[in-house]
Amino acid sequence: MSEVIQNIVNQPYKHGFVSDIESDVSPKGLNENTIRMISAKKNEPEWLLEFRLKSYAAWLNMTEPTWANVHYPKINLQEISYYASPKQKPKLNSMDDVDPELLRTFEKLGVPLHERMALAGVAVDVIFDSVSVATTYKHKLAEVGIIFCSMSEAVLEHPELVQKYLGTVIPSGDNFYAALNSAVFTDGSFCFIPKGVKCPMDLSTYFRINTEETGQFERTLIIAEEGASVSYLEGCTAPAFSSNQLHAAVVELVALDNADIKYSTVQNWYAGDENGVGGVFNFVTKRGLAKGVNSRISWTQVETGSAITWKYPSVVLRGDNSVGEFYSVAVTNHLQQADTGTKMIHIGKNTRSTIVSKGISAGRSSNSYRGLVRMTPTAANARNYSQCDSMLIGDQSGANTFPYIQVRNNTAQVEHEASTSKIGEDQLFYFAQRGVSAEAAVSMIINGFCKDVFQQLPMEFAVEATNLLSFKLEGSVG
Amino acid sequence: MIYPDSNNILEVRGLRATVNGIEIIQGLDLTVKSGEVHAIMGPNGSGKSTFAKVLAGHTAYEVTGGSVLFEGNNLFELAPEERARAGIFLAFQYPIEIPGVANSQFLRLSYNTVQAQRGREELDPLEFDDHVRDKMKLLEMSPDFLDRSVNEGFSGGEKKRNEILQMALLEPRLAVLDETDSGLDIDALRVVSQGVNQLANQNSAMVLVTHYQRLLNYIVPDFVHVMEAGSIIKTGGKDLALELEARGYDWVSAEFQASQTHALQEQV
Repeated sequence: MSEVIQNIVNQPYKHGFVSDIESDVSPKGLNENTIRMISAKKNEPEWLLEFRLKSYAAWLNMTEPTWANVHYPKINLQEISYYASPKQKPKLNSMDDVDPELLRTFEKLGVPLHERMALAGVAVDVIFDSVSVATTYKHKLAEVGIIFCSMSEAVLEHPELVQKYLGTVIPSGDNFYAALNSAVFTDGSFCFIPKGVKCPMDLSTYFRINTEETGQFERTLIIAEEGASVSYLEGCTAPAFSSNQLHAAVVELVALDNADIKYSTVQNWYAGDENGVGGVFNFVTKRGLAKGVNSRISWTQVETGSAITWKYPSVVLRGDNSVGEFYSVAVTNHLQQADTGTKMIHIGKNTRSTIVSKGISAGRSSNSYRGLVRMTPTAANARNYSQCDSMLIGDQSGANTFPYIQVRNNTAQVEHEASTSKIGEDQLFYFAQRGVSAEAAVSMIINGFCKDVFQQLPMEFAVEATNLLSFKLEGSVG
Repeated sequence: MIYPDSNNILEVRGLRATVNGIEIIQGLDLTVKSGEVHAIMGPNGSGKSTFAKVLAGHTAYEVTGGSVLFEGNNLFELAPEERARAGIFLAFQYPIEIPGVANSQFLRLSYNTVQAQRGREELDPLEFDDHVRDKMKLLEMSPDFLDRSVNEGFSGGEKKRNEILQMALLEPRLAVLDETDSGLDIDALRVVSQGVNQLANQNSAMVLVTHYQRLLNYIVPDFVHVMEAGSIIKTGGKDLALELEARGYDWVSAEFQASQTHALQEQV
């Protein structure tokens, strides 16, 4: 691998700093008392404590999954503190009431809230560590009956909705990390779009891990009732810590008849340094239930961060004629490892799913696509189209594709296409001979490669994603 | 004090270059002036294409001796992209495919980068579209070239046309055409040659690297050089190409060997 490639990959993490806000951190370790403490701190109703304890009991009997193509030392889950919240925890009506230090943190991240809200018209439910600090545009949304708030708030103010849907898409015992999350989740976002309402703006949440050694267990639940539609944006950055951080989020989506949920993520957690020291372990369970007829759930993700990514945003296509989509760009560099993909479970008749996955591996990283397409006996005339493309930068990175296809229905159609390409010296020389620098060349090649996915992103996000990719791969090519 | 001739675009003196430790260019001399067309001919493996790539700055080739002045400046101080921006253009023998990158995007990025370097106006996508379509007419290219990925799935002839299109856009001072005629049928050869001829002017120069004389029926050179074992062993006018076509290269080689032996004997 030539020097230019090396230089592009070896840029330091731009968002690596720790902000000074005092945190209220629980003692390390996990037992039933920790869970009771979390529940009590948050004034939760009894049913939720029971949900947590039941999940914990299930989790105790589970073991960490080892099938993913990722390698890391065993995480000591007793060394993690399960609750952290900024000390100052007021209910705020406007951004002016927010701790200026917190605002400065967002400034550094390039997420100026005021501007973002004004320019993009986006309501931002700010998550700082695990507690929501400010929720904006809430009134405007409330006018049309949309509830967009933190999970803690939803539990207290809309308990009937939370109780009705929580854990219905991802049961508490679904997998090791989902069970852990169900036991100890501290906060996250809740979004409810009532019948017939088209959400007038993109809803956006910026997540950020801020306390060292604090596990992050976000819980997000989005419900779109009959005929409702919403586009939800999730973006992540995290500071550069040297010790690994566990991030085990759970996101559940429910779409009723004719409802439409579009969930977009740009993930840029700290990936560790060029020697693989530090970085976030991102073990996330995301699943949508296309429950109603003609419902549609679409996942778009741009995964650039984390030392290890283990993530399969999935769709259960239960409603007849329902549609599931998964568009993904996963970039790994240095010693990052990603094992990511999707599951499309076709149950309803005439259900359709599309999978477009683009993996880019640079440095000495490993990037795997793992996807399941299942056509059940009831899924008459179901169709799936999958396209998995891998791009290698340099000669020390690895790419794998693990497609699983299970068809139990002879009217179903499944198509799978895969390709592997490489940014080579000769391509870069060709660009150079036409006056174009290696950086600009890589950026153009990568953006061309990811075009099909970027087109799915909301406008502002598409620009961010393009910049992020160029930034991530700076120094990796030459 | 010797001042470089201001008409000299390229002055190559005693150039030596290796690839993977093997010396391919072994003491090459060549002077190219404004308005001239030079043809470099020679058998396979004589170092013609290597010379072209060395001029463009391909990293696989290491320069081990000699000098190259481009417009009076040391060429080896410039990175490949700087050479391109300064006005050196290489039409590749095998243009590489770049999947996913639209030709129009690529051409515009290249064009604007070079324009900016020359302090000229950059074009937005619409302006560029008009500009590039004009140039494409010259080469009888269909507009759908712009929407396709760079060279991807192009036939040999289409790739070569795309190279000459880039030459037309970038208006180089020195264009090096590496085996541009290879893989072209007679019609494509005619179109490409016409394009090249229209681009020739008094302020620029061309070096044609070619194996066969047939290209030189269309693009008439001022000088024909014969290369062997990494250096130029004979230089003549356009008629030399015809002679080579008729008699092959062996006689040039023999003549060169004899003259070398003679020179050696005189020294003794």
